[in-house]
Amino acid sequence: MTPLAGYLLLSSFLFAIGLAGALTRRNGILVLIGIELMLNAANLNFIAFWRFGPNPEMLKGIIFVLFSIGVAAAEAAVGLALIIAIYRHYRTTNVEKMNSMKG
Amino acid sequence: MLWIVKNLWLIPALPLVAAGLSALAKQPCKKFASSLAILSMAGALVLSCIAFKAALAHSGSGEAANQIFNFRWFQFGASEADWVRIGWLLNRLTAVMLVMVSFVSLLIFIYSTGYMAHDENFTRFFCFLSLFAAAMLGLIIANSLLLFFICWELVGLTSYLLIGFWYHKPSAAAAAKKAFITTRIGDLAFLLGMVWLYAQTGTLLFYDQGHGCLEQSALATLTAQTTVFRLTVAGGIGLLIFLGAVGKSGQVPLHVWLPDAMEGPTPVSALIHAATMVAAGVFLVARVYPIVSASPDWFVGVAPALKVVTWVGVITAVFAATIAVAQNDIKRILAYSTVSQLGFMMMGLGVGGVAVGMFHLITHAFFKALLFMGAGSVIHGCHEEQDIRCMGGLRKFMPVTFATYAIGMMALCGVPLFFSGFWSKDEILHHAHLWSVSRWPFYLGAFGAFLTAFYMTRQVFHVFFGNCRLELGRTTGSEQHTVAHGGEPASEHPHSELPPQPHESPASMTLPLVILAVFSILLGFIGTPAWPWFQKFLEGQVATMNMSRLAEPEVLHLMLVSSVIVFIGIGLGWWLYGRKSIANANELDVLERVRPDIFHLLRNKYYIDEIYEWAFVGLNKRWAQACAILDDLIVSGLVHLIAYVIVGLSWISKTVDDEVVNKGFDEGCHGVSTGAGWLSRLQDGRVQNYLRVIGVALIVLVLFLLWGCKG
Repeated sequence: MTPLAGYLLLSSFLFAIGLAGALTRRNGILVLIGIELMLNAANLNFIAFWRFGPNPEMLKGIIFVLFSIGVAAAEAAVGLALIIAIYRHYRTTNVEKMNSMKG
Repeated sequence: MLWIVKNLWLIPALPLVAAGLSALAKQPCKKFASSLAILSMAGALVLSCIAFKAALAHSGSGEAANQIFNFRWFQFGASEADWVRIGWLLNRLTAVMLVMVSFVSLLIFIYSTGYMAHDENFTRFFCFLSLFAAAMLGLIIANSLLLFFICWELVGLTSYLLIGFWYHKPSAAAAAKKAFITTRIGDLAFLLGMVWLYAQTGTLLFYDQGHGCLEQSALATLTAQTTVFRLTVAGGIGLLIFLGAVGKSGQVPLHVWLPDAMEGPTPVSALIHAATMVAAGVFLVARVYPIVSASPDWFVGVAPALKVVTWVGVITAVFAATIAVAQNDIKRILAYSTVSQLGFMMMGLGVGGVAVGMFHLITHAFFKALLFMGAGSVIHGCHEEQDIRCMGGLRKFMPVTFATYAIGMMALCGVPLFFSGFWSKDEILHHAHLWSVSRWPFYLGAFGAFLTAFYMTRQVFHVFFGNCRLELGRTTGSEQHTVAHGGEPASEHPHSELPPQPHESPASMTLPLVILAVFSILLGFIGTPAWPWFQKFLEGQVATMNMSRLAEPEVLHLMLVSSVIVFIGIGLGWWLYGRKSIANANELDVLERVRPDIFHLLRNKYYIDEIYEWAFVGLNKRWAQACAILDDLIVSGLVHLIAYVIVGLSWISKTVDDEVVNKGFDEGCHGVSTGAGWLSRLQDGRVQNYLRVIGVALIVLVLFLLWGCKG
């Protein structure tokens, strides 16, 4: 087993955990945490592919990940702000109750 | 040309304007309507007198005596000849009729203000009356048969309107219809004659400087050809036009409407159905006399059309007089007397020419209007009682009416020397005596004169002499006896509040009576054999006073004979009805006791109405029923068939629409809606479900890719 495969397995595992969390949690904040986990799994993939890729001397992977983390932070901020706004409106963060966009 | 000739139209225009204005007036404007009508009539009378003076001053005889004013009315074709021209004609005949009609109309208008004072439709009455006067005057001045016909129909219309004036009475409405339809039969013949005349001569103008249809050139063409029974075309046309006159003047066999026309108000009976309109038929024959009497040069003797006129007149004169003997309604007696006198006029036209017939027309207009208005006064004074058996003794209560009525009665009977009817009737009998064809018109005419004297005496004795039987209070026209109430107060009796005594009529009614009575006497003197001014005037000659003509054996003998006849008639009337007064209204008539069969025949007017009812009305009804059945079967069947076919087609269309189009559309919509419902379940608003789908899709994608890589 190559080290890349180990990293990929880890990131897959992390993605699966994040996906499961995002799918099963009722609390909006926990769903958001699951999404962050999946994002981090993707980040891990970036690093892994960069580190074991053809020319690791260039800092492409790190820059990608840095951008990705920045975007994730912004996304988390927006997501939390949405959760708070929803909480203020519905007095709950349970995503099961938030179905007003039902067709 | 004189001013009056050109403006002759003003005479009928005045009452026409009055009629129009009073048609616009509101119902309570009684004073306005009546004074307007009377003023317009007075204006027409003044103009008529001017026209009369113009005719008097105009010299010349024959066709030179006609003053005409023709103008173009409208064009119906391209060429110059296709102009319809009408115009006015002022000759002596016109002038005499104008003065007579406007004078009698004026008096009857005045009389009507009294007679109709309490009628709520007073304005309407005067509107119709003025319209009638306008039409009648228009008829007199017309110089075109077409214009004549238009006015002729207009007087027929007003007659219809006025007979049916009290249209809420079924009998009046029926009488109006009867009059209208019966005269229409004659009018149809008149129209045919007119069309034929136009086809033959190309003009309907009476006089048109040598081109009119009554002038020599046209008459020559008309007499040159013959038609059926070797009758000349002129004779055929004359007979057709005469049929129109038969209808209008109530000659046998179209006389049936005239007695029924007495359902109208009495002034109408006096004006239209005694003095003027019914005389229009006689006037028509007098007007077209050149056609009726025209005969070709080779023909010797009396023109056949003229013979027909004479015989119809004679038969009518005697026929109606016999019916009048057995009638009980005061107005019906006068109505039959009118029919009879119109017969005399026709006979006068036939045997003696225009002057003879017209003289009787003029005198008759005055004394018959007088008699009718007297009868109206009697009816008014007796509280709408019309049965002469229930009157009696009115001499004491209504002296003025009695005096004038007696004068009218004596004029009608032809009491010698001082009454106009004597001279005019004598003139007719005189010419009948001289008639070359047959003596029978003379004998029958004399018999008619005898009957006239008899029935008028009967009526006068019933109405004015004896004791007053009015208290018996029989209601008009029914057999109810209110006497049966006995002592109890007759509360149901309609006249219980009115004083039981008859009363004299107001001055507006008696004054015209007096004026007419004066004229009934005076008019005779303008046509005596000693001074035949009237006849000579109509013929355009100058009359000379010659007393010795009275003493000519023939004239004297005839005068004596007719006087004797009249006195026998009056004497018989007195002997039967006046000698001992009639005590009881229910008592049988003297003649009824002697010969009930004949009396009933006369009482029922020879059952003419019944015969017509059975023959014509019944036939018509059966024909109409047959037509109705045919209509039901064929036409209605066809219509229904088409209707059913269309209904069936529309049913199919509807079904297709409902079942196919609508259902299909509905189903489609429903399917779309259901599908959308199914689809909308996917979007349940839960973000996690979406994510799940994405996750599942991702896994599927990954597996697919893996499987693809392997493959």
